[in-house]
Amino acid sequence: MHVIETKNLTKSYGKARGIVDLTLTVEQGEWFGFIGPNGAGKSTTIRTLLGLIFPTSGSAKIFGLDVVTQKEEILKRVGYLPSEALFYPGMKVKDILKFSADLRKTDCSKTAAALCDRLKLDVNRKVDELSFGNRKKVAIVTALQSKPELLILDEPTSGLDPLMQHEFFEIIREYNKEGSTVFVSSHILPEIERNCDRAGVIREGRLIACDSVEALGQSNAKRISLSGDVNVDGLAGIKDICVNGETKSFLYSGDINALIGKLAGCNVKDLTITDPDLDEIFLHFYGNDAKESTGPNTGSYGREEN
Amino acid sequence: MTIFKHELRQGRKSFIIWTAAIMFLLAVCVFLYPEMKAEMDSINELFSSMGSFTAAFGMDKLNVGTLIGFYSVECGSILGLGGAFFAALCAVDLLCKEERMQTSEFLLTHPLSRVKIMTGKFLSVICRIFEMNIAIFLIVLVSIAAIGEPIPLTELILIHVAYLLLTLEIAGICFGVSAFIRRGSIGIGLGISAILYILNLISNIAEPAEFLRYITPFAYCEGSQIISDGSLDLPKILIGFLIAGACVAAAYLTYPKKNIH
Repeated sequence: MHVIETKNLTKSYGKARGIVDLTLTVEQGEWFGFIGPNGAGKSTTIRTLLGLIFPTSGSAKIFGLDVVTQKEEILKRVGYLPSEALFYPGMKVKDILKFSADLRKTDCSKTAAALCDRLKLDVNRKVDELSFGNRKKVAIVTALQSKPELLILDEPTSGLDPLMQHEFFEIIREYNKEGSTVFVSSHILPEIERNCDRAGVIREGRLIACDSVEALGQSNAKRISLSGDVNVDGLAGIKDICVNGETKSFLYSGDINALIGKLAGCNVKDLTITDPDLDEIFLHFYGNDAKESTGPNTGSYGREEN
Repeated sequence: MTIFKHELRQGRKSFIIWTAAIMFLLAVCVFLYPEMKAEMDSINELFSSMGSFTAAFGMDKLNVGTLIGFYSVECGSILGLGGAFFAALCAVDLLCKEERMQTSEFLLTHPLSRVKIMTGKFLSVICRIFEMNIAIFLIVLVSIAAIGEPIPLTELILIHVAYLLLTLEIAGICFGVSAFIRRGSIGIGLGISAILYILNLISNIAEPAEFLRYITPFAYCEGSQIISDGSLDLPKILIGFLIAGACVAAAYLTYPKKNIH
């Protein structure tokens, strides 16, 4: 069964672009990554799925139910972690958790207590005194405490320290193993690469690629590192070239024979050819405009986690 | 029900402060009456000879020398403005505060239709308005008993019911507004109440502006009119509630389809 299914989903805000013709499916039990830079339309997609905003055209279904007309039914089975979590000032963490559980008409106190313990969250603090990271933990517990069938996580790790990020993904992995489908948006690629089964890449409101994480990594491009007296000028398909003394490193998507022919006439001291990681694929998808505008070393894009 | 309770809890502090302030002012006003009564004749003359100012506050039609006359003029303003501001501030913020405080992502992603959320919220304000009006009415009865005056119960009830209806009408109008705006709610709420109040003053002074009485709820709260008629002005109340009802209906039609940011 498709847990999430969108067909030509479009949301435009006046003249501003939101998302355009987005068609994607997420299967039951899958861990799906949704990749894109800020403002690409990740949050717009999520907000449409949750019924906070309404599609301009196209349709979206969750559990086979329409997100506009059957929202209540859907939300009963969905846990949502917003990227920026804010709560009612003056309320304590435990009041927020209780309020959320009451709104769902369930008692989740046991699950909540276990989650708070694992995330080291003090339930007696007032939410307005909490740091960004701790507020995020409150949001995590509210999203997870009802053991939802579908988790929608919008940039889940922002604000969490590395230890907490690790613990967080452990928890999500357990939920996933128990059958929850996970839909996570992020611009932190290693996060997606390590955890997701499939991923979609969104750019300027359009889904430009959607495949398994391995397949996304296996584009034709290779990462080539060379050292020695080499001249690769004139070869087509070179991207993201980085020269450091005698060492050159670049993404190559041209004819491999042309490269070998070129190298045959040179004095090569060392050569490695590897599959690029998702970061580099990302750059590939986001093309030259992104690279040129942010300088040559955009390979660090999304590397803030490590 | 959860939303209803949550809203009551959220607004408790502001409710207590407003109610206490209005109760205090009304009690002070009532306690001033014995002093005023002693100088009644000169005051009556003064109050009824201030030209259009006298008319604006309805003091040409009744005797401020009697307790009920004094009460409807002096306490009416406190009751009317205090109640109207409180109702407006609560109601106008009701829906849009979720967006202002950025809690909408939390609240609206729970399995609850927006209609249910709206109803819970609106009922909480209605409940607060009733609580406030009952508390105020009780303190007035106690204060009048304390100064040893006979309690003019029928007139008092009529006046207080009129003001209760006024606060309900304003709450309805502001609730409607709340569905359309994203921020700036406090200014709009105070503005609506102040304008309606001033419209009533204008309609009392200038004859060509008399039609305004059918727009502003303050018109059916004129103590002077209520006391001389011995009843409430039902047509005006009906018009007021049609306006408020239309605003509430507009909120119910709009908010469930609103894009929340």
